[in-house]
Amino acid sequence: MSTTTLDSGAALTRYGTVLRRTRRRTGRAGLVVALSVIALYVLVAIFGPMLVHYNPVSANLADRLLAPGSTTSTGSTAFLGTDGLGRDLVAQLIAGARTSMIVGLAAVVGAGVFGLLVGLVSGYARGAVDTVIMRIIDIQLAFPAILLAIVIAGLFGHTLTNVVFALAVTRWIPFARVARASTLSLRERDWVAAARVLGVPWWRVIGRHVLPFVLGPAVAICTIEFSLIIVSEAGLSFLGVGLPVTSVSWGQTIAAGQDYLNTAWWISTFPGIALALLVVAIGMVGDRITDPSSSRFRSQ
Amino acid sequence: MGRLVLRRLAVGLLVLWGAVTLMFLLVRVAPGDPAAVLAGASATPDQLAAARESLGLNDSLPVQYLHYVTGAFRLDFGQSTTLAQPAMSAVLGHTAGSLQLIGAATLLAIAIGLPLGTVAGWKPGTRRDTLISPVTLGMQSIPNFWIGIMFILLFAGTWRLLPSAGAGDVQHLILPAVTLALPFTAIVARLTRSGVAASTTDAYVQTARSKGIPERRVLVGHVLGNSLLPVVTVVGLQIGALIGGDVVVENVFSWPGIGSLLVNAVNNRDYNVVQAAALLIAAIVVLLNLCVDLVYLRLDPRIRTES
Repeated sequence: MSTTTLDSGAALTRYGTVLRRTRRRTGRAGLVVALSVIALYVLVAIFGPMLVHYNPVSANLADRLLAPGSTTSTGSTAFLGTDGLGRDLVAQLIAGARTSMIVGLAAVVGAGVFGLLVGLVSGYARGAVDTVIMRIIDIQLAFPAILLAIVIAGLFGHTLTNVVFALAVTRWIPFARVARASTLSLRERDWVAAARVLGVPWWRVIGRHVLPFVLGPAVAICTIEFSLIIVSEAGLSFLGVGLPVTSVSWGQTIAAGQDYLNTAWWISTFPGIALALLVVAIGMVGDRITDPSSSRFRSQ
Repeated sequence: MGRLVLRRLAVGLLVLWGAVTLMFLLVRVAPGDPAAVLAGASATPDQLAAARESLGLNDSLPVQYLHYVTGAFRLDFGQSTTLAQPAMSAVLGHTAGSLQLIGAATLLAIAIGLPLGTVAGWKPGTRRDTLISPVTLGMQSIPNFWIGIMFILLFAGTWRLLPSAGAGDVQHLILPAVTLALPFTAIVARLTRSGVAASTTDAYVQTARSKGIPERRVLVGHVLGNSLLPVVTVVGLQIGALIGGDVVVENVFSWPGIGSLLVNAVNNRDYNVVQAAALLIAAIVVLLNLCVDLVYLRLDPRIRTES
């Protein structure tokens, strides 16, 4: 009797190990796939526009609304079809990838640097400064991020810089919160206290003794914020309050396809798939790095 | 507990005042002359000056600010430049539509996400549990405006089952509400899952089981109540995101609400409506957050007795 329980217990443990191992392996495979997808997008964004030329303000009415795979008037193949102005969707997606990457990177860097600065100062200074900053964050959070982005982009005019500004302004808060939380505990650590006692100026204490330990978690947030920003940019451009018509954005292409939903389903569909694939891939990587069970981030 | 509620109310009012101030600053910092918009493109210098005077732009900044704040708390944001009615009444006229959509989406998210997460978390590691993670990741990260368009393409275009735009009966509500609910269903499911999964090993659950209480009763009576707390918190934190999603989804489905009004106003440079709509949304967010706090107080006896 006791042997059977032991056996089944051992079997259970074995089963658990096997399960965990397979899950880790599938998890790792998923991570590799996700990272490859992201790498592919980055390569396409960098080199794609050099290989496939695209002019956003051109029109070729002979090739309007061609279905995916059909031959254009110049004899080339439109693999993903053409839009209402006869522009090739493959070229449009490639150009859109570059736009998304530029906007995403610029806005994430802007939001990250500003958020980190505010969070470091808030957590290090504590007291009144901290309270005021936290209240300002509360106030901004009363406005949904996309709403604030719409209002800012609308009030300041639709240009690339304004869209980046609007997105950075609406996404700095998570960086500030994480930086503040880490700084609050870091400032009590011995090496920080030692630096303070030795008379190191506060900005150098923050820069050399606190900031390096805040960067890790901040990079982890970058992944999620980057995909949120890309989606927001597409959303703004979709609503017509984002990038100007002279630029190429997946959101604009999706919006343009809305007029042809009954005749040319491909125009709205493909840019959305391109966007969704990238965002899901980033989400998988982000889930992995922010996973509380992974040991690297357990300390925070 | 009464004191706690009062304090939350005071903080809410402070945040509202801050939101009004933020909007005032944004409008002043933004390039472009509101008087030029009001007077129109062909205005003479005299008309422009009159417009400046009527908008109070000749006053000093503190005076303008005072006018702005008092106006805001009387819900007076001036006349809409395109709709021939006061900006705030235009916005208030569109509120019911938005609330209807948000309410339907919230109910859907809870009605689907809660059971989904419970089923997954109750038996951690089983197939139905491991399946939920990629599904919710997809629901959460795929942009909702694109999903909305795909819904229109399939349900309104290809299968002709549901109307693609507008409002009216329940049929009109289905597509926008489901679109808006998707990411929140995912969030609710994920949180419920982790809450339920964590509590399956808790001592009180094992006690209940060893007393011979049927599994179903253990789950409903003991586990769910405790795993609901984080769900309520995060639903509260997500209210802003929910309303942001609503703004976008309304525009996809031409749903008559604050969101579509706001984007139209931005495109028509109707700044009074933009400000009125943005501030009303901020007020709704603050109010809903307050409600969530109160629900939280009711759910968690520890907080109730603390003060």
